[in-house]
Amino acid sequence: MAKKKTEQKKWPEKWHEVTPGCMVFEPGNAANYKTGSWKAQRPILDKQKCIKCGICYIFCPEACIQEDAEGFFVADLGYCKGCGICAHECWPGAISMAEEVE
Amino acid sequence: MGKRIGMEVGIAAAEAVALCNIDVAAVYPITPQSHIAEHMADIIHDGRIDAEFITVESEHSSISACAGASATGARVYTATSSQGLMLMHEILPIVSAMRLPVVMGNANRAVSGPLNIWNDHGDIMPQRDSGWICLFTENGQEVIDLSIMAFKIAEDPEVMLPCVVNIDGFQLTHMIEPLEFPTQAQVNKFLPDRKPYATLHPDNPVTMGCFNMPDIFTETMKAKDTALWNSKKTIVKVFSEWGKQFGRKYNVVETYKAKDAETLILTMGSMGETASIAVDEMRKAGRKVGLVKLRLWRPFPVEELRAAIKGAKTLIVMDRAISFGGAGGPVATEIKSFLFHDKGRPRIVDFLMGLGGRDVTVEDFIAMVERAKKKKDETYEYYGVRE
Repeated sequence: MAKKKTEQKKWPEKWHEVTPGCMVFEPGNAANYKTGSWKAQRPILDKQKCIKCGICYIFCPEACIQEDAEGFFVADLGYCKGCGICAHECWPGAISMAEEVE
Repeated sequence: MGKRIGMEVGIAAAEAVALCNIDVAAVYPITPQSHIAEHMADIIHDGRIDAEFITVESEHSSISACAGASATGARVYTATSSQGLMLMHEILPIVSAMRLPVVMGNANRAVSGPLNIWNDHGDIMPQRDSGWICLFTENGQEVIDLSIMAFKIAEDPEVMLPCVVNIDGFQLTHMIEPLEFPTQAQVNKFLPDRKPYATLHPDNPVTMGCFNMPDIFTETMKAKDTALWNSKKTIVKVFSEWGKQFGRKYNVVETYKAKDAETLILTMGSMGETASIAVDEMRKAGRKVGLVKLRLWRPFPVEELRAAIKGAKTLIVMDRAISFGGAGGPVATEIKSFLFHDKGRPRIVDFLMGLGGRDVTVEDFIAMVERAKKKKDETYEYYGVRE
């Protein structure tokens, strides 16, 4: 099966490469696992409406929303599960959810 | 032979473990295991060994505490029975999956309901697929020897799996027997300190019991299954080391007068001793009857069993547990499955017997051999049930 360049390496590939007890010795390597592929919807931020209050950042259960250099709060789609809580909490209505079509 | 002393087997199990330089014991008392729990607590409270006794509120907690302690690199012991083992059930496959060499003594007892505190193997059989090494003992001396050997087997770098030593409740746990203990120096020589593969420590972060997605779970399971199968090599090696140092020889499958036997009785646990007397009686009467005893239940010693039953015409399996609505008792079902393709395999007769503490006497074994002769098919049968 041809792999896309963006697809992460599924390590270990073979059963005998599994460490005893499937122990993991590299701290924090869960970050390498891009769980964002699970989502069915993605948040779309309308920067015209956004007032940079950060309520989406506070409520995001995945903690994948970070403040960018301009002060906007933007979801990292590599981890966003598309739960829609940010859109629900955004009282100025700057975040909408769109179907994930990829 | 060293000096023998009279001691109750449950107490002796705790004394044997006390010789093993354990770090942690987390044991919740339950009949008929209570004397192991109480005596273990006494030994540690009295300062006879430098270990921690964790008092817990349930068996679910005792096995969980053992898992945590073992993950730090400690040598860990627990013991339970019946409902306690059932309560541990959720954690058992986690301990083996994390490759933690916890050693457990299990005082075999029937499972409720109805409530019955006496001996059968109904508690360990539901744990069969948990990934633990599973040993059975026949008498008090074997309880001492195998409890010590269990640590060496479990902790071997080639194994790293938990090990349960089955001790028939009451029939063994409450029996006072003449027993020989190795000295502390002898055990120290036999059983080196545990060298853990990894330990939980903030200086060296490691993830144990990690999450598995569907794309890796199958590989992890095959690795665990292979580890359990491979452990047999180490089990045989440790048995042989024990034999060399202490003169008592152990095999994964034991035989008694089995070589030329046409009919073989197969047992696990304490009933093997009674069955051997029945074999003597039948041999005296000129009948070619022998005995095969499974000491190791997981991993299943299939090659050794094949060698032990070679040439026999009838194999009578004594099942001390029921698989309701299934093919038969767990032991016979397993053996039938392994021998399914073997040409010239013996006819397998499966008796469910000795349930909930019902005595199985010498006369019962002789009666079962008689009954097996008349039995036409290989379906299972409740021996001694009142019709």
